[in-house]
Parts: sequence; C-alpha cells; structure tokens
Amino acid sequence: MIPEIGLAALWLAAALAVLQLLGGVLGARREGMELAAVARPAAVLQALLCTVAFLCLLYVFAVTDLSVKLVADNSHSMKPWIFKVSGAWGNHEGSMLLWITVMAMAGGLIAFVERRLPERTMLATLSAQAFVGLGFYAFLLLSSNPFQRLSPAPPEGNGLNPLLQDIGLAFHPPTLYVGYVGLSVAFSFAVGALLTRSVTPDFARVMRPWVLAAWIFLTLGITAGSYWAYYELGWGGWWFWDPVENASLMPWLAATALLHSVSVLAARDALRTWTIMLGVVAFSMSMIGTFLVRSGILTSVHAFAVDPERGSFILALLVLYIGGALVIFALRAATIAEGERFAVTSREGALVVNNIALSAILGIVLVGTLYPLLTEAFDIRVSVGPPYFNPVSAIFLVPMLLVLMVGPLLRWREDGFARIRWQVIALFAVTLGVLLGVWLVADIHLLPLIGLALAVGVGIASLLPLAGRSLRRTPLATWGMVVAHFGVAVALFGMASDSAFQQERLVAASVGDAVEVGPWQGRLDTVYPVAGPNWTAIQANLHLAYEGGAERRAAPQSRNFWAPVMETSEVALLTRWNGQLYVAVGNQAQDGRWQLRLWWKPFVTFIWYGGVLIALGGALSLVGRVTTDLRRRRRPEDDVDEAYPA
Amino acid sequence: MRRLVALLLLALAGPLAAQGNVPPAPYAYTQLADPAQEAAARELMHTLRCLQCQSQSIADSDAPIAGDMRHQVRARIAAGESPDEVRDWLISRYGDYISYEPQVSASTWPLFVVPAIILVLAVLLLLARVGRRRASGEGG
Repeated sequence: MIPEIGLAALWLAAALAVLQLLGGVLGARREGMELAAVARPAAVLQALLCTVAFLCLLYVFAVTDLSVKLVADNSHSMKPWIFKVSGAWGNHEGSMLLWITVMAMAGGLIAFVERRLPERTMLATLSAQAFVGLGFYAFLLLSSNPFQRLSPAPPEGNGLNPLLQDIGLAFHPPTLYVGYVGLSVAFSFAVGALLTRSVTPDFARVMRPWVLAAWIFLTLGITAGSYWAYYELGWGGWWFWDPVENASLMPWLAATALLHSVSVLAARDALRTWTIMLGVVAFSMSMIGTFLVRSGILTSVHAFAVDPERGSFILALLVLYIGGALVIFALRAATIAEGERFAVTSREGALVVNNIALSAILGIVLVGTLYPLLTEAFDIRVSVGPPYFNPVSAIFLVPMLLVLMVGPLLRWREDGFARIRWQVIALFAVTLGVLLGVWLVADIHLLPLIGLALAVGVGIASLLPLAGRSLRRTPLATWGMVVAHFGVAVALFGMASDSAFQQERLVAASVGDAVEVGPWQGRLDTVYPVAGPNWTAIQANLHLAYEGGAERRAAPQSRNFWAPVMETSEVALLTRWNGQLYVAVGNQAQDGRWQLRLWWKPFVTFIWYGGVLIALGGALSLVGRVTTDLRRRRRPEDDVDEAYPA
Repeated sequence: MRRLVALLLLALAGPLAAQGNVPPAPYAYTQLADPAQEAAARELMHTLRCLQCQSQSIADSDAPIAGDMRHQVRARIAAGESPDEVRDWLISRYGDYISYEPQVSASTWPLFVVPAIILVLAVLLLLARVGRRRASGEGG
C-alpha cells in the first residue's frame, strides 16, 4: 500500500507540474490570468507530494519491504538501521527520486516566499522550473520507477555496497543534491528574466540568496565527499579527478563564478548577460553531471550503447533543456544591454578575472572529463588524470588567486593601484618570500611550492578587508567574504602541504614489531578478529607516539562484508593539529606477518577545514544578505550600500 | 562470547576471502630501500591507472592487478630504469589507457589545443576590457 501511495503522489505531482507550466506560460503572456493564479499553489503542492513520495520510499527501506524491487535489489534485513534508510538514495531510482524531491521543494519554496520579482518574471520562472521538472518526472516514472513491485518477494535482499555503508555517505548525497538541484532555481530565474527581459540589480538581489544557498550545500557536499573518499578507500587519496568527482566540481565552479558575477549585477548593474549565461551554465553542469553518473556511461561507453534506455533519456533531456535555454539566450541576449561600464582596476575588474578564470577551469575539467568518453566511442581509450588536470588548471588558478589577493581591496567602478600600493607590494613580497624560503629548505615539486606560497599570501590578503574597520559594524556579508577567502587559503595550504610533505610507510609486521613513519614511532601490539552486524574483520592494534609523546592507540580493520561479499579497509586516523596519521591494515602474508600501510600527512585536515570555512563564509553572506533585504523591505528608503559582494 | 561468535563467523568467511589468494608479488606492498627510487616509483604509480578499478591509480588500489603493476614499477625502477622508460614500457604493453598523463598524439591533441584556445580567449577577453576602457576615456 505504502509504495502505491508514493507512486500516486509522484503522478499527481507530475500533473501539477503540467498545470504550473500552463499557468506560468499563460500568466507570463498576460492571458488566462485565472490559470496563472494556479502556478504558485501548484508548485507548493508539488513539493508536498514529492516529500510524501520520498517519505514512502524511506519507509519501505526502513522496514525492508522486499516486495519492492528496489529494496530487494539494494537492501538487506541485517543492515544497521541508519544504512537501511540511507540506502534509499544509494541507488539509481532512489537518487533520482531524491533529485526530483529536492527540485520540487526548491520550486515550492520560491513560489511560497519569493514576492520581490515582477509577477510576470516570477510566472516565467515558475513555468521554466515546471518544464525542467516535467522532464525529470517523466524520466523517473517512465524509466526508473522506484516503487516497482516484485512478485513473489524474495526471502532476502541483495544488500548495499559496503563502501556506501558509511555515515559520511549517508549524508553526502543529499547535501550534494540540494546544491546540484538548488541550482535549477538559478536556471529558472535566468530563463524567466530572459523571457521577460528584466535583468536588473533587483533581479540579481532576488537570485543571489538562492545561488548562495545552493553553493553552500555544493561546497559542503564536495568537502564531505572528498573526506569520505579519503578515509573509506583506504589509500589516503582525497581527490582523484575521477569523472564522478568532476561531475560535482563543474557545477561548483560555475556556481562560484555565478555568485561573484551576480554580486556585480546587484551592486553595479554590470555583467548582465554574462550573469544570465552563468545561471544557465551552472544548472546545465548539474544535469551533465547527473547524466555522467546516472547513465552508466562512465563504467563503459559500450555497455551504455548496448542498453541506452536511461542514458539516452537523460541525454535527450540535456539537449532539450541546455539547448533550449541557449536558444532563448541567443535570441534574447542581444536585446539586453550589457550594463554599466567599469575600469579594469576596480572591484568589477577583479571579479571579471575571477569569472574568466573559473570558467576556463570549468572548460578544462569539462573537456578532460568528456574527451575520454568521446574517444572510447571510437575504440581509442585514453586516460586523463591528475598529471593533466593539476598543471593545466593551475595555469588559470594561479593568476586568479593572485587577483583574489588584491580584488577585495579595490573599490567599485574605478580605483587606482596607487591607493593600495603598499598593501599590494607587501602581499606579493610575502608570497614571493615564502616561495623562495620553502624552495631553499625543502626539495618539493613546483605546484605544491606555488600552492604553499599562494596559501600564505591569500590567507593574509583575505583578512585585509577587515583592517581599519570596526569589527562589530562590519556587515555580515563582508565577514562572509573574508571567511570564505580565508577558507580557500586554508584548503590550498592543506592540499599543498599533503602533496609536498606526506610520508608513506608500507611494512609487513609481526605482532610486537616496531613501526615508524615520519615523526611517529610505535609498534604492532595485537591482531585479532572482531565482528559487526553484517561483517567480520581483522583488527590490528597499534600504539604510536608523536615525537616521543604520549602513546595513542590506532586500530585499523580489514573488513569482510557478506552481503554483498566485499573486502573493505577501515582505517585508523590519529588527528593532531598539524596533521593526521593514517593507518590501514591489509592481508596476512604467507610468513604470518601483517601488511600495514601508514601515512603521516602534515596539515591534510586543513583541506576539509578550508572547505567548511568556505561554506561558513557563504552562510554568513546569506544571513547578512537576507537580513539586510528584509530590513530594506520594511524601510525602502534605508538603502544600505552594496560595498562587498557575497 | 562475542569473540567466539566473531571467530566462528571468520572461519565461515575464510573460504570466501581465500578465493584466488595467490600471494601478492614481492614489491606490491613493499617499498624500495632507496628513498629516492621509492619516491620516483611512487610518483609514477600515482599516474598509472588500475585497469580493474574505476578511476583509481595503481597507488590507490587493493586490486590484485594494481599490486602486480606496483611490483613491476618498483622492480624496474630498482633495476635502474627511468620513470619515463617504465611508463613507455607499460603503454606498449597495455596501451595509452594505462597512463593518466595523456601524451600528445593524433588521438589526444584536442586535450592540449582546447586549453590553449581557452587561454587565448581569456586573454583576448581581458584585453578587450582594457581596450574598451581606454577608448571610452576616463569616465569608464
């Protein structure tokens, strides 16, 4: 019964999306205003119905209803409860339902709270949101029904991939999806504004909090995903330039560019068409990412070609939406004036550099991700990985970070370097000093070297906008910018430090043997088997001390899951303020010794602290923007200055 | 009691884990004695694809084939071959797919031309900004 309720709710939601589309289109064309009044309630109701459907799916997973095919394929009665529930989105159908649910909730939310836009623009936006939604409803209902029954019900389910049975991965996909799909709102706003030709600073102020919110979740999702890969895969890598990772990075790059350009539009009425373009591109990247991850094309282009149903469905949606939006853009862009002019040495000038660099990196990641798929279709297999992405994206990242050091110090519209000459000279001197200093004392590669120097430079520069201000009177949005930019420096420092200074030790050890890696020394004390709810494991118990300090225990496990059968590595992490010791245990060799892998990773944790700081900066900006906006709406004459972008 | 259950389960799981348990090649999980050689081998391993996994380098994988390849890489580096020679040998044996570092060739040139085009476009865009600014005078 419950699965049928869920399915019915989904069909109803799809029907409401049709209504929302019709009402929106008619309203935007100033015809049939009766139906136009339906658009907002339809959007809100859709959000409720999708939530009901999603709760139904959670329920069937929570009680392991094996008569539902999806549950039988992906769950198991002996899984821990939390992983039963999170298993609901650990598969294709469930994750697409999550996608639809988030999209409907985002649409419902703008319909419910957003009253600042001209009504025509709003209706055009809602119809765009409904139009995109309809494609995904069709995809879900026609080719990926999550509630399909199985008769007879099997006695037991197939289980969930043990790598996914992890608390990090329980929350990573929903976070990422809120970001991914939240960008659909930016897309719909952009299309709505294009259709009604109302690209104004007011429009930008309306769009900005939505972009910021989606971007915060994307940032957190990517950060969490990176940490998950780091501790769960057992080899200490935190970014692989894997297509699945790139699929989440590309919308982030576009959204980062977008939230900087939307600030220019809000503050200075410049970069109008460019901002609209980014709004379209950002969600397009989300859709391309979903296509890559969900079509199966990554596992094998040929398998995709043999069973292309789902893949070609998403591909058709991609062509329809991205192509359609670009056509509208091409038709309308010329009718939108470019907006206010500004000097090169100005805040806008710096933000243009940011936008160009981010877009360039986006282009490179896109090419590097899609090109191997393209050649594979012609039976030429190439691999594009870190040796390509790192240096090629650095070509743009390095100038962007240099400009980031100066940009926030510049004034809007027009400024001269003379005013901030000493600050700029000091910043570049420090950066160069760190570069030379590290180069002299440590033999490390060029990219980590530049990374360390830039991290120090950006870290100091990011705090300068606070200099000489009353910290209590500094607007929250400025704090947000400072914290986010500081987070960039922190993350960069972590990445460069781990790449440059990590130490690796692979040893075969018997019980009682001494082990050491970098500044850590200790021994392997015992090895014994342990059992969990759906796994057994070999656990190694080590005691290690940092530079002769107090001993700490590390107990890595090598786990054997039995549904499905799979071996995973459960690593032990000893965290200090200046880095992490990473210990993994492997198999027993023939001579009875145990394989141990140890890494000392100086400051590696800064990568994720930085990610969290960046998201926190976004959150501060968001709160600051929304509260100023509410105040302004209460007292329209009290126009606060737009001194700092998000 | 818990320990006993664990042991029992382990005994049951044993045959599953033992499937195809050929001992790994000597250098699969053992570092080279010379730190410089090990560093070179490690760096090379991070740029070689594990053929059995999805998007992992042989330095990041427990798969048996990744272990075998780590052994090959370390053994050859220890024998005095340069990382590039080892890479070339692996490419000749497994094809371009094995290397995460695409080499410029008839099938990979767009990977290098596209970033160059993007770079030129980016510079042109910036120059256009500067030029327009000069043409429109101090008022901006």
